[in-house]
Amino acid sequence: MLISDLPVLQVVIPLAAAPVCLLLRNPRHAWACALIASWLVLAIALMLVQRVHAVGTLSYAIGAWVAPWGIEYRIDMAGALMVLVVAIIGALVMPFARRSIEHEILEKCTGLFYTCYLLCLCGLLGMVVTGDAFNLFVFLEISSLSSYVLISLGSRRRALTAAYQYLIMGTIGATFILIGVGLLYMMTGTLNMVDLSQRLPEVANTRTIMAAFAFVTVGVSIKLALFPLHQWLPNAYTDAPSVVSAFIAATATKVGVYVLLRFFFTVFGMQFSFDAMHVGEILMLLAVAGILIASLVAVFQDNVKRMLAYSSVAQIGYIILGISMASAAGVSAGMIHLFNHAMIKGALFLAIGCIFLRLGSAELRDMHGLARHMPWTMAAFVAGGLSLIGIPLTSGFISKWYLASAALSGGYWPLVVLILASSLIGLIYMWRVVEVAYFHVPGTMMHKVREAPAVMLIPTWLLIGINLYVGMDASLITDITRQGAEILIGEALQ
Amino acid sequence: MTGISAIPPALPLFLGALLLPLLGQNMRAILSLGLPLLVLVIIWQVPEGASLRLTFLEYELVPVASDRLSRLFGTVFAIMAFAGSLFALNQARIVELVAALANAGSAIGIVFAGDLLTLVVFWELLALSSTLVVWSAITDRSRHAGMRYLVVHLLGGVMLMIGVIGHVSDTGSLLFTAMAPDSPAHWLILGGFLINAGAPPLSAWLPDAYPEASPSGMVFLSAFTTKAAVYVLLRGFPGADVLVFIGLYMVFYGIIYALLENDMRRILAYSIVNQVGFMVCGIGIGTEMSMNGSAAHAFTHIIYKALLLMSAGSVLYMTGKRKCTDLGGLFQSMPLTTVCGIVGALSISSFPLTSGFISKSMISQAAADQHLAIIWFLLTAASAGVFLHAGIKFPWFVFFQKDSGLRPPDPPLNMRLAMILFAFLCIALGIWPHLLYAILPYPVEYVPYTRIHVVEMLQLLLFSGLAFFIMLPYLKRTLTITLDWDWFYRRLGPRAINRVTQVLSRWHAHRRIDFLRHVGTLFGTLFLYHGPRGILARTWATGSMVLWVVILLGIYLVAYYY
Repeated sequence: MLISDLPVLQVVIPLAAAPVCLLLRNPRHAWACALIASWLVLAIALMLVQRVHAVGTLSYAIGAWVAPWGIEYRIDMAGALMVLVVAIIGALVMPFARRSIEHEILEKCTGLFYTCYLLCLCGLLGMVVTGDAFNLFVFLEISSLSSYVLISLGSRRRALTAAYQYLIMGTIGATFILIGVGLLYMMTGTLNMVDLSQRLPEVANTRTIMAAFAFVTVGVSIKLALFPLHQWLPNAYTDAPSVVSAFIAATATKVGVYVLLRFFFTVFGMQFSFDAMHVGEILMLLAVAGILIASLVAVFQDNVKRMLAYSSVAQIGYIILGISMASAAGVSAGMIHLFNHAMIKGALFLAIGCIFLRLGSAELRDMHGLARHMPWTMAAFVAGGLSLIGIPLTSGFISKWYLASAALSGGYWPLVVLILASSLIGLIYMWRVVEVAYFHVPGTMMHKVREAPAVMLIPTWLLIGINLYVGMDASLITDITRQGAEILIGEALQ
Repeated sequence: MTGISAIPPALPLFLGALLLPLLGQNMRAILSLGLPLLVLVIIWQVPEGASLRLTFLEYELVPVASDRLSRLFGTVFAIMAFAGSLFALNQARIVELVAALANAGSAIGIVFAGDLLTLVVFWELLALSSTLVVWSAITDRSRHAGMRYLVVHLLGGVMLMIGVIGHVSDTGSLLFTAMAPDSPAHWLILGGFLINAGAPPLSAWLPDAYPEASPSGMVFLSAFTTKAAVYVLLRGFPGADVLVFIGLYMVFYGIIYALLENDMRRILAYSIVNQVGFMVCGIGIGTEMSMNGSAAHAFTHIIYKALLLMSAGSVLYMTGKRKCTDLGGLFQSMPLTTVCGIVGALSISSFPLTSGFISKSMISQAAADQHLAIIWFLLTAASAGVFLHAGIKFPWFVFFQKDSGLRPPDPPLNMRLAMILFAFLCIALGIWPHLLYAILPYPVEYVPYTRIHVVEMLQLLLFSGLAFFIMLPYLKRTLTITLDWDWFYRRLGPRAINRVTQVLSRWHAHRRIDFLRHVGTLFGTLFLYHGPRGILARTWATGSMVLWVVILLGIYLVAYYY
């Protein structure tokens, strides 16, 4: 019985644990509660992946109301991968969080922090598992509202502005999605995604559906920070507490990409999205612009968190680039990079969290000679950086390899050049940090700086370990993404 | 000995490089001398054919594959790593030894790579480790030169990578087999290889970066990068016609610039380009004879060029001077260095009874056998040119000519031993050529010591020697700096931008300052938009963010409306 309830337990556990955290006054207890919940989520995610691998797509009717009348939770291979990404990051940032949060957040807010974190986790997981378009909007709002609060908890007052801007942009995005879903409901009378996909072709040529498509695309593009709608992201990542930066950077935008995939392939269908609406060409253009411009902007940043934020915008460009090719190879490459980038950015932001704990700053000018005092942290940062650039034997290389191969098989020669040449820009901005931390003479304040505590280093290095493992043996992840891409494209072909 | 053959040959060097910083002085010496010898043993134990297979994604990888060609290059790389370490022991920084071991390991990894992906991995490691060798001189000049070196080589790496991906999507296989320059992917691979070989138009990275390394650093550098490129060309593009012309260009490029140069180690750096040109040309001819010649020439070249650089390095180490105009008359106090320098100089000029004679003549002979008369003439003329710039010019200006008044003694024992070892090898290979011929990739029927070969070579050398001393007044080195292709990216670029701004600003004289501020340089423009305060990087007002949302939605809606 429990096994068949896995899809819903996934969402219910963090949802139930959230208010408990608020009630527990003691920060330690709240942390323990959140830790247990996030580890349970990871255990369930692993079981889900295994089960989807064994029996194929899982469907779960909430309250035994059968779809399309009731709300359906639906997990296929692509969804299972996303659940896994969110759960891994969630489970690894929690042990890291206690020391970091003690340092960065007022004690009276700690309970609130863990509550919001669990709500955000619940929302993100819900967006992935749900098979209902309106339910998706509800989870989107849960995750967004809680992440506004999480960002505003940042130690500097600028965090409030960042959270406010994210709130405005996020709300517009969510509203657009709601308008789109409303239009779809108006034309078809259903909210279930599978049901929608069967009813849409009859009415596909109406302007209402086209408008719905435009609203959904733009709305989701805001959530996943596609260039030029990424403007909320750099400030939000820079000013949020370190744990929040790591968690949101690694998960929120990725889930946005997943929602986009769901709408394009499952709901509207590949033929409508890419052939009739030409969304592939538009996305490709925006992705290329995003890769180049955001990478260049990252080169000039003086705050390492901000640099990583811009690099995230560029990396999202890579993911979207893969999807925009509208081929099984391209979508699968995009999903591989989605997984790898979540792990890379998670690791890099955790490393910066370690540095912030000891330095109280993420500015490049404060990091002179840091490598001598925090060798393990900086080594993790370098390893993550190498992966971001795409050096062989790291997961970044696997991503670049698949993206470049997909571009080649689609006949996009210039894109291959772009993908590989832009990794050189990545080299430049990572090198700036390496040069400062390894080759510059430490400042006078530096002698007090010690290595970060093991409880923060271990999660960081676990993520680096995943990177290196995927770099050496990518068969597991490519297997999952290939199946996921085939299901997505296959659904579209039916 | 079965166990030892299972070790990938490059592995001990990389492990050693990691261990080195943790060890004391004596252990460090034992390790950096012992490991190359261990690797040498392993190289000869690895069985022919693929001995290690892995799967990566859906492709088969062969990280270790051995045949006669890879064994030949592996052998000389291992010998070189040994002698280089010996030469470096007393003076190199730890980081330089680490980088040098990794450098040798990458080169050996390349020659035993059976697939293109392994090749790319070691290729990048080679670029990174040699940059580190340049940097370990720890001077401002070496930092800048190393950065330029790195940029050029990463560019080559990207070209190679794009080519490899293209090759895989064309053929579905990653195995490293012979190719022909017949598709964009293969051209890119060839381009990536040639950049490392020092081919035009980017030859300048070599004389730019190598002489900025420490005295021992340049000895290491001279051996691995370019010769690894020769190896991959031998394996990947045998008989590609374009290589003949590229090779000839490199041959004459090296001679002309070396004759104009004043810095003794830059003379030798240009001469590397020149010598690699001979090898590339041989690969382009593509017969068994010429391929043998290129392989043999790479083998002997590594040894005598290292010997020349050790002798130049010793001079630099003992006197701190690098310009020919500051040196001279050193034979009186550095007899051993002088003798070893002369042995190296004779070898590079292919004097009979030295190693150069038995290898370079194979390439010319192959050209003659194929009735490529013009190529044969050019190669022969170039041989005379080599004698001029490296054979006479280097020893004459450094050890003889005017007396500079410097009286440094010969260098420390380990440096002397390294020079003696390589001088011995140069002469031994010249006297017993069959030692080398036995391990060449193809069976050798060539006999170097026929009367006609020897007489022809001696004539050539004596007359060009005569020419040198007659022309001596014109060849007197002055303090000059020679311009090269790199002038285009180091000088012309910035200058052209300056010029354009001037011309344009003459039209808008009153707006000159304004104009310069806005256009200035490419960097300035990038910074303007992408810099922290640039439009693309600064925080936008919430309203403008929303405006973009509206614009994008509008574009979608309008597009779909029609």
